[in-house]
Amino acid sequence: MSLWSRIVNVVRGDSLSREIDEELQSHIAEAITQGREPAEAAAAFGSPLRQREQSRDIRLIPWLDSLRADAIFGWRQLTKKKVTSAAAILSLALAIGACTGAFRLIDALLLRPLPVAAPERLYALSREAFFDGKIQSFDGWAYPAFRLMRAAVKDQAELMAVSYADRVDLTYKSDQEMEKAQVQYVSGWMFGRFGLRPALGRLLTVNDDLKPGAHPYAVLSYDYWRRRFGQDPKVIGRTFRMGDDLYEIVGVGPAPFTGTETGTVTDVFVPTMMYPGVVHDDWTWHRTLAQLKPGVAVGPLRAKLDATSHAFEEERAKGFTGMSKKFIEAFLGQKLVLEPAAAGASGLQNDYRVSLVALGLLVALVLLIACTNVANLMTAQAASRAREMALRVSIGAGRWRLVQLVLVESAILAFLAGAAGGLFAWWSAPFVVSMINPKDNPARLALPADWRVVGFGLALTLGVMLLFGLMPALRASAVKPASALKGGEDPHSRRRTMHALIAAQVAFCFLVLFVAGLFAATFERLSNRPTGFVADRLLTLDTVAQRDEASVFWDQVADHLLGVPGVQSVALAGWPLLGGNAWNGFVSVNGAPPGPVLAYFLAVSPGWIDAMKIPFIDGRDFLPSDTMPGAAIINETFARQFFKGENPIGQSFAKGGELPCKVVGIVRDAPYRSMREPILPVVYVPFHRIDEHGALQSVRDATFIVRTASANPLALASILCREVPRARPEFRVSNIRTQADLVRAQTVRERLLAMLGLFFAGVALLLAAVGLYGVLDYSVLQRRREIGIRMAIGAPAASIARLVTVDIFAMVIAGALAGVALGMASVRYIEALLYQVKPTDLGMLALPAFTILAAASLAALPAVLHAVRIDPVAMLRAE
Amino acid sequence: MPKTDSLQGSLDLLVLKILSRRPRLHGYAIMTAIKDWSGDVLRAEEGSLYPALHRMEEAGWIRAEWIVKDSGRRARMYELTAAGKKQLSAAESRWQAVTSAVNRVLRTV
Repeated sequence: MSLWSRIVNVVRGDSLSREIDEELQSHIAEAITQGREPAEAAAAFGSPLRQREQSRDIRLIPWLDSLRADAIFGWRQLTKKKVTSAAAILSLALAIGACTGAFRLIDALLLRPLPVAAPERLYALSREAFFDGKIQSFDGWAYPAFRLMRAAVKDQAELMAVSYADRVDLTYKSDQEMEKAQVQYVSGWMFGRFGLRPALGRLLTVNDDLKPGAHPYAVLSYDYWRRRFGQDPKVIGRTFRMGDDLYEIVGVGPAPFTGTETGTVTDVFVPTMMYPGVVHDDWTWHRTLAQLKPGVAVGPLRAKLDATSHAFEEERAKGFTGMSKKFIEAFLGQKLVLEPAAAGASGLQNDYRVSLVALGLLVALVLLIACTNVANLMTAQAASRAREMALRVSIGAGRWRLVQLVLVESAILAFLAGAAGGLFAWWSAPFVVSMINPKDNPARLALPADWRVVGFGLALTLGVMLLFGLMPALRASAVKPASALKGGEDPHSRRRTMHALIAAQVAFCFLVLFVAGLFAATFERLSNRPTGFVADRLLTLDTVAQRDEASVFWDQVADHLLGVPGVQSVALAGWPLLGGNAWNGFVSVNGAPPGPVLAYFLAVSPGWIDAMKIPFIDGRDFLPSDTMPGAAIINETFARQFFKGENPIGQSFAKGGELPCKVVGIVRDAPYRSMREPILPVVYVPFHRIDEHGALQSVRDATFIVRTASANPLALASILCREVPRARPEFRVSNIRTQADLVRAQTVRERLLAMLGLFFAGVALLLAAVGLYGVLDYSVLQRRREIGIRMAIGAPAASIARLVTVDIFAMVIAGALAGVALGMASVRYIEALLYQVKPTDLGMLALPAFTILAAASLAALPAVLHAVRIDPVAMLRAE
Repeated sequence: MPKTDSLQGSLDLLVLKILSRRPRLHGYAIMTAIKDWSGDVLRAEEGSLYPALHRMEEAGWIRAEWIVKDSGRRARMYELTAAGKKQLSAAESRWQAVTSAVNRVLRTV
C-alpha cells in the first residue's frame, strides 16, 4: 500500500480501527471453532488493544492522524463557544484583512518592481533646494539640461526623459469627437533599454527621437489597446490628432508594462521630440530616469550629474532679470539627488508614501490588539482546561503533543480568520484607491493579487497564530499534573500575564486613537478653512480653441453663455482657483529692485471677482478696457507683503521686466492653488493682455466660471458644453468641474486618513474594551471563592469592586502612559500629514486618554456587578 | 520451548514462505501452519502476528482480501504479491547464508 492509502486511512481512521478489530476477533473466534478454550485462546492472543494500535500506526501516518484528532477536538472546542469564537475570528479577520489590504496598496505603489530589465538599477533624478525656509524637492527637468547630463554620463548610465503623464484631448475622427487619453512623452530609446518587446507592430526607437517635431509616431499601451480598440490588430497605421499634430500608431507595448508613473496607466507613448517645450531651456516638463550600467556607483555618478546640471543653470541664470539675488543664490544652490526608482516614479507615490505607511502601521497595531485579545482568551481557556491537560499528562501525553493540541486550535482560528481577511483585503484595497481618485483624473493602480500578496497574507496568518497561540500552548503544556489535579496551581501567574497584555493593548489602542485624532483634527481644520469665495453653484469649464483666438472672441462666448437659462453670471479666468495651476514672478514696487518673495498671478475678466463672490476691501473691479499690464487687483496678503501698511490703491508695481501695473482694487484673501499652504500674495490681472507694441494677444485656452441659479450646477453641464461651440465653432469644452469638487479634491488625502483612522480607532477601542471585559470577567470567575469568603466576613460591595478592578485600572493607566510615550515618539514621522494640529496639544492627548478610560470603565461594569452579586452562601456551599 | 523472541527476524520469512506454498490463508491458518510445519517447535505469540502481517502488507509483499466464510463470519485472506515473491527469495538466500555461516562457526569451534 502506498502513501496515498495511508493518507486515506487517516481520514477513515474509525473504520480502520473497526476493520483491524474484526480481524483480531475473527482470529479468536477461529481458535474457539478449532476447539480451544475461549479463556486460553484469549490469553494466548495477548492484548488486542495493543495489537490494534500497533497495526493502526503501521497502516496510517501517525502524526497526521494525531493532527486530525486534534483538529476535530479543536473544532469541537471552538464550536462549543460559538459567540466567543466568532468574535475572535471576526476581529482577527478584520485586522488581518486590513493589514493585507494595506500591504497590497503599499506593495503596488511603492515596492513592486516595474516589469522592465534591471529595475534595481533604475534611479530617478530630482533636485533639492532651500526655498521659503524649507527644503523643497522637484523632479522636473528641462530637455536641454537633460541632453547635457545624458552626454556627460553616457559611459556610466543611460538617461531617459519621461514626461509627466497628462490626460489630454485627442481624436481619431473629427474635432467634435475628442476623447481623453493619458499621454506620455518618452525618450525613444526607453523601450529598448527596458528590454520590452512589442505585442504588435514596433516600439519607439532612438531613431524616433532625433529632431524636434519630426517624429509623429505613437505606441499604445496594451491596456489602452484592449480597452479602446478591443485588441484590434488593424490599429497599426491608424492616425489620431493631438494638438496640432497628426500621429501614426506604429505599435502596441507589452501587456505588463503600464508606464513608469506608478498609479497612472499610460495610454499613449509618443517621442519627447514631439513635445513643444523640448527646445526651451526654461520649461521643466519631464522626469529623468537613469538606468545605471552594472557596477556603477551612485555617489560619483550623482556628483557628475550635479556638476553638469549646475553648470547649465549657472549659464541660464546669467540671463535672469527681475529676480532677487537671494532667490538666484537659492536657485543655484540646488543639489541633485538620485533616488531608486525600481517601483517607478510618480506624484502619487510622493503624496501617499507616508500616509500609506502610517495607515499600515495603524492596522498593524489593530492586529496586535486583536491578537492580544485572542491570546487572553486562549490563556483563560487553557486555565479552565488545566485539569483536562493534567489528565492528559498523567496518562502519558508528551509536552509537544499538548502544544500541538492547543496550537491546532489556534491554527483553525487563524486560518478561518485569514480566509475571511483575504476576502476583506480583496475588497478593501481597490476601495481605498477609488477614494483617492479625483473625478476627472482617476488614479489607476494595478493591484494584482499574486504570490506576493497571498504570501504576505499567509505569513501574516501564521505569525498571528504563533503570536496568540504559542504562549498559551506552552503554558498549557507546562501543566504540573499533581498541583493541577489538586485544585489549582498559582492562580496569579496567569492573571499577571493577562494584565501585562492588557497594558500592551491599552498602549496600542491609545496610539491608534491618538494618531486617528490627529488625522481627524487635520481634516476638520482643513475642510473648515475659509476659502474666501463661495464655491457653491459654481461650474468651471476648461475650454480650448483650435488655434490662438483673440480675447474678444472669448468674451463673445462668455456673453453667449450668460444667455443660457439658469445661468446667473459668467466670467473668464486663465484657470480655476485650486485647480493646481500657478503663474508666478518677482515683483518690484514703484521701480525698486525686485524683492525675494514670489507673487502669484491669475488673469480674470471683469465680473470674475463678483462671480466668485470674493469681497472687495477697497477700489473697483476691472473695466472691459483694462489690460495686462496696466491694471491689477491685489489680495490682502499682497498688500501687506509689498505695501507695508500704505494704501496700495493707485500705486504701481511691475512683474519681472514688464510694464508697470496700477493697483485699482484690493480683495479679501482666497487660497490660490492649495488649501494646505498659507495664503500667497496674489495679483489678479485683466484677461486682456497686450504685448510690448500694445496689441491684444490671442488666447488658446481658458476657463469659463459659471454661477448657476440651481443648487446642482452639474445639471447645466451638458447644455453649456453644447452652447460653447454654438457661440463659436472653434471653441470646445475639454473638462467640466464644479468649484466645490475642486475644493473637496484638496482634502482627499486628509479625508481618507481621517475616515480610515477613525474607523480603525473605533475597532481598536471596541477590541480593547472586549478584551478588558473578558479578562475582568475571568478574574472574577477565578476569584469567586475568595470574594465569597470576603463577603461572608463582611466586606462591603465597594471594597469588592475595588478588589476586582484596582489591578486592571493600574494596568490601563500604565498602558495609557506607555501609549503617550509611543505617540510622542512616533508623531514626527507623520508631521508632514498634519495641518495646524499640534501633537503636543493637551486636547489631542487628553481625548484619547479619556475615551480609553471611559471605555475601560464601561467594560469593567459587568464584571464588577457580577462580583458584588456573588452570593457568599451559595458560593461556599458549592465548594 | 522457544519463545516469541526466537522468531524475531524470521517471522517475515516464515509467513512469506507459507504463503508461497499455500495462497490465501487467514491469520489463524498462518499461525497454525507455522506451528505444524515446524513440528510444534516455533510458535508466534498469536496477537503479534497481525502487526507483522499489516507491516508486510504496507510494504507491498502481501495483499489481503475480506471473504465471507461458510460459517457466515468474515475472514481476511492473505496472498503473496510479485514483490513478495522477490522478497522471499532474497530473504531465503540471506537466511541460508547466515545459517550456513553460523553452522561453519559451530563446526570449527
